Amino acid sequence: MNPLLEQLKHIKEKDGEKALDAFFENHHFPIVEEDGVTFVYRGEADEVHLQHWIYGLPSSQRFQALDADKDLWHLHLELPKGSRIEYKFNVVKDGEGRWIEDPLNDLKAFDPFGANSVCRAYGYTPPAWTQPDPDARPGVIDDISLPSKVFGAERRFKLYLPARYRKTRRYPLLIVHDGTDYLRYASLKTVLDNLIHRLEIPAMVVALTHSPDRLAEYAADPRHADHLAQELVPYLEKRLPLIGRPEARGLMGASFGAVASLHAAWAHQNTFGRLLLQSGSFAFSDIGQNWRGPVFDPVVQFMNRFRKDPGRPSRKIFITCGIYESLIYENRSLVPLLQESGLMQVRYREARDGHNWENWRDRLRDALSWLFPGPLWMIYE
Amino acid sequence: MNELGVSGPLCAITAGWQEREGELEELCSHVGCEVIDLELYQRADGLFRADQKLVEEHRSRQEKLIRLQRLYRIRLHYALEAVRALNREESAPQPSLLRSERQAALNAVRALDRRHLRRVVKVHQQNPELRLRNSHVRNELEEIITASQAVLVAGGHIATLLNRIRLFDLKDLISQRPVIAWSAGAMAMSEHILLFHDCPPQGAGDAELLETGLGLVEGVVPLPNARSRLLLDDRERVGRLARRMKPMVCATLEQGSLLHWRQSRLLAARRSWRLTSDGKVRPIQPAD
Repeated sequence: MNPLLEQLKHIKEKDGEKALDAFFENHHFPIVEEDGVTFVYRGEADEVHLQHWIYGLPSSQRFQALDADKDLWHLHLELPKGSRIEYKFNVVKDGEGRWIEDPLNDLKAFDPFGANSVCRAYGYTPPAWTQPDPDARPGVIDDISLPSKVFGAERRFKLYLPARYRKTRRYPLLIVHDGTDYLRYASLKTVLDNLIHRLEIPAMVVALTHSPDRLAEYAADPRHADHLAQELVPYLEKRLPLIGRPEARGLMGASFGAVASLHAAWAHQNTFGRLLLQSGSFAFSDIGQNWRGPVFDPVVQFMNRFRKDPGRPSRKIFITCGIYESLIYENRSLVPLLQESGLMQVRYREARDGHNWENWRDRLRDALSWLFPGPLWMIYE
Repeated sequence: MNELGVSGPLCAITAGWQEREGELEELCSHVGCEVIDLELYQRADGLFRADQKLVEEHRSRQEKLIRLQRLYRIRLHYALEAVRALNREESAPQPSLLRSERQAALNAVRALDRRHLRRVVKVHQQNPELRLRNSHVRNELEEIITASQAVLVAGGHIATLLNRIRLFDLKDLISQRPVIAWSAGAMAMSEHILLFHDCPPQGAGDAELLETGLGLVEGVVPLPNARSRLLLDDRERVGRLARRMKPMVCATLEQGSLLHWRQSRLLAARRSWRLTSDGKVRPIQPAD
């Protein structure tokens, strides 16, 4: 048993609740060691389970009671170095389970569905460039709306203009699916400000799109692809000082947003010269039916077509995926398919993380600086 | 400025800022006197707009230089890889054998650097028509510089900055006035332009020579923002760079750094460190 747990047990048995309070005050949980992580729950319960999203492990892992009173619980999970996972506790009492964030852990990650506790395994630290840098000049974000004939409605999006934006200069354009979520949950503005400040990417204009019905529109919907290529891009290039060439136009997205990016670039080849696909929901069926549910049906149809005829959706494609995601198989299998054609430069990165926004955030430097190399070597200010 | 006995008026070269050239509010409030920007970036744009032949010659030369840099970079990568591989080798037994191979590998890098500079100089020499020595624009610039007590040369894009200074053939004019140069501006005043970053997001971070500078300051390779760009605690990297650039002195420039030359003599040095062959950094002294 972990020596800290031994100590905990001893304090509980010999020194009482006050000493126990002091112990919890003075220690960080979960307990991180080189070979794994020990989760601790303090409170009366009949059962406690760790709920996580690591594909390959049973998603519910049962804690053991540390004492006879069943108000101290622990669970050891082997976790490779550099891992980062999000989790909750399922505390079962009187036959009723309640999913809660880890009360002993202040680290949280947020997404559109709420929050999860975060476990940083041995060797993981959040990259410095994801944290606000007081020296980095901030860009600005405006709200824009664009009348869309394709959708027959106004489409709203946000526009990031870099610090020191000048109309006399020409900028690359990056279009981000689920842009608002990238801002909220993946610190995208901070990341852009920092990477531009560090000269690791060029100053760029970023359109942050937001779909009112993403599961339908992002699932290889031709209307969405047309909207991006025939409405949004011309709208922006008419109004802003953009370079306006494929190699200076990027599309990116995560999960269904990655499908939407790949589909739009495939449907409008030679429009988007740079693609960033994060944890794409690239479900396909070599044989038989799609097992992921009806929402994926149009995605599977598209991916099956795409896999037969990839064409040249873009010139440079950066793909990222978490090793702990169920989509790892689909993403891994996309890489050789794209490379085989020899028409595209493809780079693929995996991380010991799951299908979540901080995973996508942590990959941005590597991806964006490869797709859009900054003037780092030439500018000395 | 106080040390130079300069109070103004001043002129400035901010072509390295490119489209932000001439945005001098911050600079003026800092130096506390009138500053006239030479507007080399905008003037060059104007000339290019009016002279298609000049544009074509300029583009052709730039394409040559870019290609040359790419070819040099390919060779440099392998030459430096050989240096690194030999540094990873165990010394024993017979350390003298390894020492000799290491030195030969480093010499190969130095020879490659020298060859690259020679080839770049040759490209510049092949295009003398790009120098606008006798144009009326240059006369205007001469007037402004002559009326100024000193020339300020700001940082920014080093290739653009050097290119514009060369285009208007300003080296001799600048050298007749006290020059206060920082960041890329300081690099442009030196003999060799070294591009460097130990931890770029892509690639190995191999420092590379870009071309020769104006050479107003001799024997020094300025390294602006060295603390954020270089791993100064990495003795192998520091030592390798120092030995590679020898007999030039690699000098760090940070906020508050000052190196003051008169003629070829270093009069004062503050908050600037030199990279040493044994991988350390030491404060620069005027005797250096």
